[in-house]
Amino acid sequence: MMGSENDEESHLHSSRKDMENLVLGDPLTRSDLNGDKSNSGYRSAMSTLSDSRHPSIVVTPADSDPLSAPPSYSDYQTLRSNPIGGDSSYIEPPSYADVIFSPFDDNSEINGSDDGGSRHSHSSDSLSRSPSSLSSDYIKVTVSSPQKEQETTNQMIPGGSTYITYQITTRTNLPDYGGSDFSVRRRFRDVVTLGDRLAESYRGFCIPPRPDKSVVESQVMQKQEFVEQRRLALEKYLRRLVAHPVIRNSDELKCFLQAQGKLPLPTSTDVASRMLDGAVKLPKQLFGEGGGASVVEVVQPARGGRDLLRLFKELRQSVSNDWGGSKPPVVEEDKEFLEKKEKMQDLEQQIINASQHAESLVKAQQDMGETMGELGLTFIKLTKFENDEAVFNSQRGRANDMKNLATAAVKASRFYRELNSQTVKHLDTLHEYLGLMMAVQGAFADRSSALLTVQTLLSELSSLEARAEKLEAASSKVFGGDKSRIRKIEELKETIKNTEDAKNVAIRQYERIKENNWFEVERLDRERRADFLNMMKGFVVNQVGYAEKIGNVWAKVAEETSQYNRESS
Amino acid sequence: MESTEQPRNVSGSMQSPRSPSSLPYLSVSVTDPVKLGNGVQAYISYRVITKTNFPEYQGPEKIVIRRYSDFVWLRDRLFEKYKGIFIPPLPEKSAVEKFRFSAEFIEMRRAALDIFVNRIALHPELQLSEDLRTFLQADEETMDRFRFQETGIFKKKPADLMQMLWDVQSKVSDAVLGKEKPVEESTPDYEKLKHYIFELENHLAEAQKHAYRLVKRHRELGQSLLDFGKAVKLLGASEGEPTGKAFSDLGTKSELLSIKLQKEAQQVLMNFEEPLKDYVRYVQSIKATIADRGTAFRQHCELAETTKLKEINLDKLMLTRSDKVGEAEIEYREIKAESEEATIKFERIVKRMNEEIMRFQEQKTEEMGVAFHQFAKGQARLANSIADAWRALLPKLEASASV
Repeated sequence: MMGSENDEESHLHSSRKDMENLVLGDPLTRSDLNGDKSNSGYRSAMSTLSDSRHPSIVVTPADSDPLSAPPSYSDYQTLRSNPIGGDSSYIEPPSYADVIFSPFDDNSEINGSDDGGSRHSHSSDSLSRSPSSLSSDYIKVTVSSPQKEQETTNQMIPGGSTYITYQITTRTNLPDYGGSDFSVRRRFRDVVTLGDRLAESYRGFCIPPRPDKSVVESQVMQKQEFVEQRRLALEKYLRRLVAHPVIRNSDELKCFLQAQGKLPLPTSTDVASRMLDGAVKLPKQLFGEGGGASVVEVVQPARGGRDLLRLFKELRQSVSNDWGGSKPPVVEEDKEFLEKKEKMQDLEQQIINASQHAESLVKAQQDMGETMGELGLTFIKLTKFENDEAVFNSQRGRANDMKNLATAAVKASRFYRELNSQTVKHLDTLHEYLGLMMAVQGAFADRSSALLTVQTLLSELSSLEARAEKLEAASSKVFGGDKSRIRKIEELKETIKNTEDAKNVAIRQYERIKENNWFEVERLDRERRADFLNMMKGFVVNQVGYAEKIGNVWAKVAEETSQYNRESS
Repeated sequence: MESTEQPRNVSGSMQSPRSPSSLPYLSVSVTDPVKLGNGVQAYISYRVITKTNFPEYQGPEKIVIRRYSDFVWLRDRLFEKYKGIFIPPLPEKSAVEKFRFSAEFIEMRRAALDIFVNRIALHPELQLSEDLRTFLQADEETMDRFRFQETGIFKKKPADLMQMLWDVQSKVSDAVLGKEKPVEESTPDYEKLKHYIFELENHLAEAQKHAYRLVKRHRELGQSLLDFGKAVKLLGASEGEPTGKAFSDLGTKSELLSIKLQKEAQQVLMNFEEPLKDYVRYVQSIKATIADRGTAFRQHCELAETTKLKEINLDKLMLTRSDKVGEAEIEYREIKAESEEATIKFERIVKRMNEEIMRFQEQKTEEMGVAFHQFAKGQARLANSIADAWRALLPKLEASASV
């Protein structure tokens, strides 16, 4: 019933994983809510907007250069001079790959205004949460049929490594997907790739966290149990992704859900090697040895271990920031941000706490139902016994009384269990939001690292300029100029220009991420409020309904045994 | 000495009919538990108030102070003297130290002791017991003295010693006579009864176990509602409006219901689980009576056999005109008297048991009916108040939602 094999654990642990196992049947997901609650009015209104959506996506086949995929909504507005946050368009961050190979490409036009606009015109009918994607109704993802497959490269080795693939089935009427039913096979590694690529492309967004790699658990748990746990986690993850109004339309996700065969997304090892190239180029850039790195390479945040030099600089920078070195750009806003961040952390704590106690409540309800049922069964046995062995009429009378009690107890027990399965569905909202709070942290982290990048570049710039000044001052003293020195100055000036451009890009990126943060947090706050109110309402209505049913059952027994009423009142 | 007086016609309730002094009555209350003594020696004393118009008693009302071991004394005495009667059971001596003096435990024990004494007072034979009179009237020092006399084998009455000797002897004679199994009654009705009692104990023990668990479940659910309520209130504080107020209302309701659940837990313990426990104890008391009957039966059988043998021996001696005839005749007469007494004892037990069984069944149907009724009422009340409490919250939630 309640995943009884997890009874002991679920009572003790607070991890979402355990709660996932406790979930009965098909948990309500937001995407279901979206699909079910949309109405035709919305649909017709939004169909006009949907025309302005991106052109159909070209999914590059696996063998083409992974770096050029997917091209669609790469945002070059940042490279043009677009007013920051001018219109309400949803400006999406550049994909790393796109920017490298096709800067200033006018091909891909984005107009995210449908999402932005609709957001503002969102009526706050909070109890019936309006679908977050307004241009279509329905997308549902199911993960099933885990299957063992052989690692092809190791076929020579007997008993070579195997892995599990899962069937991912999507049903949708989102126009973007260009299809309504499709199914692919993916392995967990593909999910990791998807997660990593989304994290890069959607900096500043609250991206749902992907399932853990669970290395220890995969060794310790029973294979079947582990595979089932993972299947469930994958399903939950994908459902959250498609529930996200922006990410559901991402090329990465579409690719993942639709592309047959090998997943055509660059894996993290590919990205890592590019980063290394970037790290190699940086010192050249700094020391003016020409062939400076492309501006946007520089603009990506330094990843641990691979971009060592920049990482070192950024660390130094963050330290000097703390010690009041160069001032971060707009202090005021940061204060608001810090407050918001603190608030979010506190909220997360409270959600964790509440979901723990929700788990305990669910267990207590279940136990009550179980024990009530056992009591009922015992009395049924007693009834039969007394009837079989009856010598006196008083025994038959007692047997009858016991039967009434037993029947009621068994009925009540069933009601308790039904009550509980409903309660789980409602209180599961708390667990859902635990995952989403982690996504918020991720979004905030994107912002902080973007800010750090800006500040690093600023301080680089100022030190470069200082050097340039010094060189110029020195060379002016030597009349006629030193040829090599002049060359050095020119190179330095070019580096400065590049760094200047990079700085501007970084600032625009930071601003964009801040905006993404803001939109996302707003959206999340709104959705969370509505979801929590729905949860409370559902929970309470449920309690009322079943309490009434249980009360009736016992009132009947009280009636049947009214001859034994000895109360004076 | 066994009591053979005729049972008195006694009104069962505290209320007297039209002429209060005409119908005989004997009613007792066990009240006012008080903790006395210190440390390990500490114990609870109770006030025992007797109201009666029985001529053997001193006056219409008498109050004495008694402790648990005094009740044990009374029961032991009655068990010894009134073989065949199902002596009402006592509540157990508590095992857990820290639970011994909790308010709930003391109250439950007091109630159980009250029921114990009243059952005796209402029993047609037991109510005439001298030991009962001692228990209800003797001053505390006398009671203490009586109680201390009870321990040890040397304090046993001659009749008990005789019984023990018979047990030993019968085992020896069994061995001598080459019997493997002890003699037992095997009339179909009695077999059925024995089987019934033994099976019943198993069923009831299981029912009582689940009833106790149910009490625990009430407590656990109450606790979890309390914790949930607190957590939800904190969450509301963190969220701010409009959900903040909704969460706060939800949390408060949850805490309120937790209290109701704890109360109901106590009710279920006292009015449902305790009667089931009492039922089990009663059945165990019947088992002890069954054992007594077995012993009495064996005695009766063996004495009858021995008497026969002695008779045969006597006849033989008479035929041979032996000078041992006189001795043998005396022996024969003694054994015959004992055998007759054993038979009377046994038959009395059988008669009593037949009456007792019917009485027991009726009593238990009544008591269980009351217990079931109270349980059902309590559960219905709880469920309804839960429904009412949550229902009252709905308009508040709607209000928060429309903000």
